[in-house]
Amino acid sequence: MATTILEPAHAAAYAKRSVLVEWLTTVDHKKVGILYGASAFVFFLIGGLEAEIIRLQLMKPDNHLVSPEFYNQLFTMHGTSMIFLAVMPISAMFFNFFVPLLIGARDVAFPRLNAMSLWVFILGGLFINFSFLLGAAPNGGWFGYAPLSSRQFSTGVNMDFWMLGLQILGIASLAAGVNFFTTILNMRAPGMTLMRMPMFAWSVLVTQVLVLLSFPVITVALILLTADRTFGSSFFSYTTAGGDPMLWQHLFWVFGHPEVYILILPAFGIVSEILPVFSRKPLFGYSAMVFSMAFIAFLGFGVWSHHMFATGMGPLADSFFSLATMLIAIPTGVKIFNWIGTIWGGSLQFKTPLYFALGFIAMFIIGGLSGVMHAVQPADLQQTDTYFVVAHFHYVLFGGSIFSLTAGAYYWWPKMFGKMLDEGLGKLHFWLMLIGFNLTFFPMHLSGLLGMPRRIYTYPAGLGLDGLNMASTIGALILAAGFLVFIYNVIRAWRSDAQAPADPWGGATLEWSIPSPPQEWNFAVEPVVAEKDVLWAMKRAAGVRTLPEPARVSGKGIHLPSPSWWPLLTASGILAFMVGILVKGPVTHGFPFGLVSVAGVLLTALSIFKWSYEPVDHPTTHTPH
Amino acid sequence: MIADTAIVHHAHDIPHASAGKYVQIASILFLLTAMEVLLYEVCFGHLREGMGSFSVALAPHFVSVLLILSAMKFWFVAMFYMHLKFDIKILSWLFGFSLMIAFVVICALFVLFTYNRTLWWWSGTW
Amino acid sequence: MTAAVLDHDSAHAHEEHHTSLPVNSRKLAIWTFIGSECMFFASLITTFVIYRDSHAKGPGPKDVFGVPLVTAGTAVLLFSSFFVVMALNGAQQGNRKKLLTWLTLTVLCGMFFVGMQVYEFTHFVHEGMGYTTNLFASSFFTLTGFHGTHVAIGTLWLGTLLKDAYKGRIPPTKAVNLEIAALYWHFVDVVWIIIFPVVYLMSLGR
Ligand code: HEM
Ligand SMILES: [Cu+2]
Repeated sequence: MATTILEPAHAAAYAKRSVLVEWLTTVDHKKVGILYGASAFVFFLIGGLEAEIIRLQLMKPDNHLVSPEFYNQLFTMHGTSMIFLAVMPISAMFFNFFVPLLIGARDVAFPRLNAMSLWVFILGGLFINFSFLLGAAPNGGWFGYAPLSSRQFSTGVNMDFWMLGLQILGIASLAAGVNFFTTILNMRAPGMTLMRMPMFAWSVLVTQVLVLLSFPVITVALILLTADRTFGSSFFSYTTAGGDPMLWQHLFWVFGHPEVYILILPAFGIVSEILPVFSRKPLFGYSAMVFSMAFIAFLGFGVWSHHMFATGMGPLADSFFSLATMLIAIPTGVKIFNWIGTIWGGSLQFKTPLYFALGFIAMFIIGGLSGVMHAVQPADLQQTDTYFVVAHFHYVLFGGSIFSLTAGAYYWWPKMFGKMLDEGLGKLHFWLMLIGFNLTFFPMHLSGLLGMPRRIYTYPAGLGLDGLNMASTIGALILAAGFLVFIYNVIRAWRSDAQAPADPWGGATLEWSIPSPPQEWNFAVEPVVAEKDVLWAMKRAAGVRTLPEPARVSGKGIHLPSPSWWPLLTASGILAFMVGILVKGPVTHGFPFGLVSVAGVLLTALSIFKWSYEPVDHPTTHTPH
Repeated sequence: MIADTAIVHHAHDIPHASAGKYVQIASILFLLTAMEVLLYEVCFGHLREGMGSFSVALAPHFVSVLLILSAMKFWFVAMFYMHLKFDIKILSWLFGFSLMIAFVVICALFVLFTYNRTLWWWSGTW
Repeated sequence: MTAAVLDHDSAHAHEEHHTSLPVNSRKLAIWTFIGSECMFFASLITTFVIYRDSHAKGPGPKDVFGVPLVTAGTAVLLFSSFFVVMALNGAQQGNRKKLLTWLTLTVLCGMFFVGMQVYEFTHFVHEGMGYTTNLFASSFFTLTGFHGTHVAIGTLWLGTLLKDAYKGRIPPTKAVNLEIAALYWHFVDVVWIIIFPVVYLMSLGR
């Protein structure tokens, strides 16, 4: 046990490393989290830029700001980036940084595997975006419907980038899924029973179940697509051989619907942390929250075909999937009522995180309602593939996930970086975002109902769409301004010397009991948990509102995993493998695999082998001090 | 080395079955596989001629009997070789839940592709 | 791959850290991974079942499948599961000879199975059934090919453990290293327990 004080066990090894090497080889979950967040934010900005160009193109009828082909690349990359390179990894930043802190652990269960997930994700994101430099970014929509994605209709490397890039990102998600599932089940501090866990930890646990059971399906779908595009089979294209594009749609959505819950459940978790703290009241209906989340996840596996009503599955299948989809509204409603129950009668502290959390509730309700409208199959036939659907998923994804992630950023920023973000700027950010968001996306309900198809390059004047589109574009610019304010806020905080206290908000959970930012080993003394909202319990027991500022200690004798190059090298091997397939392109005679792929496999295999035999602690650990 | 002693067999590992039990399971598995092959040979293969009406009677049940036999094999391996029977319950839940989702998805997709048009077609009104 | 990575990578390794559940973290992780793999094979099996009749051009199941060869492969894989539990038993008892003997047999079985599959595939190609000949062929090769890849990875993994065992690096305290590899191995075996009837016997018996 780490109660004695000494130098951190591997300080010597660390001291020799340059900053760059330190970050490249880090296995500290907090550094990994920050790297996730920073890289995801860059991808988020790129995706946002793509969105702004899309909006400028649609600003007025018959516009030709960009070419139709580039427009296709823009919306495809926008969707793909926002889902796989922004919302998922920004969530992953919070998983990484806060799950161990919330459950009272010193690290995740598999620190090096964690670092590998990070690098695979970053390399995968760079890989997909690299396509822009070749002028061949993916252009078949974020769900790559066959046969549009087959070689016959997509001869360039555009969709190769998409399919191989998603494959890379899937590896990162699956590895992280195994890691966080194990961490939450097995690394909890003594006394931290499952039903005492903070709700965010619960949301991560449930999310990982979804990841683990849905990502393999898209892995297979992408493998089959690779077989089609690169090795000449015809799983998804109508040929005399009898391939069936419907198989792609099914496999994609068997993954795709759980995926939308992968995007929203962490957001649920974050809001469930913030609302109690800023209402000074425990979360209302804790166990109902847990069970409704589990129920949502479970049902989430049985509704995928609601994305395919227009394919003519027949009345039986349509009715089944309609009903199953509507059923999801029940546990979702339970959660919304519980959030409202949490703030009801609370003494609300109107700080920026609360603003965003409340914005989340309101926007998510609107998105949920239009979701239920889609669930009604006859109505959906009118809405599908129109801007109405675009409005729906932006209300749940932007109004839901992004509002909540932003709330989380303001809430946890002081803990992550030891600096407070400015309240005034934060509130300005909020109002710009709320107004900009609604101005952008609410009109899309109307343009959709008027019949404006999604993924349309331009539209003629006089259809009643002009004003609505102009409004959306203005809204999008306001949204962008909101994020500029956020960036300014971050830079300001970065520059300032003011140190954030350990517990600026009067928190209820363990991360607020340790210094901001946390020391490498998180907890100098392993916490012991006797009830929910453990920090509140500790404050009550001590009869204080805030606990004394925790001292920074030198963690003598605390063993931490030592840094490693192998995760990064493993990830590089995976990247090389995919690059090999990419350059192979259409089936050629001669060498069956690109040499690059072979080299990639060898590098990955070697790295995993080396990693397996690498001592987990650095040897200096064992030299007596 | 601390790193080594800790990679770990914690005290909480649960006793597994004995070697004798493993031999027993191996024989059962072998037998079940033999029955699968035999079933095929009787229904459709070399033994079909010789068996006459028995083959004819058994053939319609070929798929169901075969699936039951393999489910039994699956169960024996999971319970004894993967020692779910002796391990903490959560592992069984984990595996069971994944299998259930996998099974349901397979069946649903199969129905959607195969019986899609026929299931509601006979009712005439749709 | 994730599976192999789990070997030796555990934050628990640095101190006698307690685990919240009475189970080793790496073992929990491999089970999690196995759960995930269920969906991987479910998707491949579904694809095969949907396309197994799509062989208007080129050979179909009845033209190429032979029962004796796959039965042999099936038996070998089943036996290897038995062998690896015996090896684990030896490891847990600290019986080096038992461990080495059974583990060697397991690795040999894995090699035999992969060899069997290579032979089978080349045989099919000679029969005129290439990867792209028809969708039955494509989905058959994809499913069994990925299963075979799993067997090959498992064989490599067990091979490195055999080396460890030979060097005396698997004392009873570290039997869990073998245990998690064995779990993965059994899983690959149960997948074959499904593939054997569903892919071979059911495609023939129709
Ligand atoms: C009450 C809850 C929800 C219901 C009933 C629901 C229902 C639906 C339905 C039926 C569609 C298909 C519409 C069409 O294409 O015609 C759809 C699309 C979509 N939903 Fe939801 N949804 C809900 C919540 C969510 C959440 C929480 C998210 C993500 C955070 C989400 C993300 C999406 C996305 C991304 C699409 C569009 C997919 C595409 O075509 O690109 N939905 N939703
Ligand atoms: Cu959906």
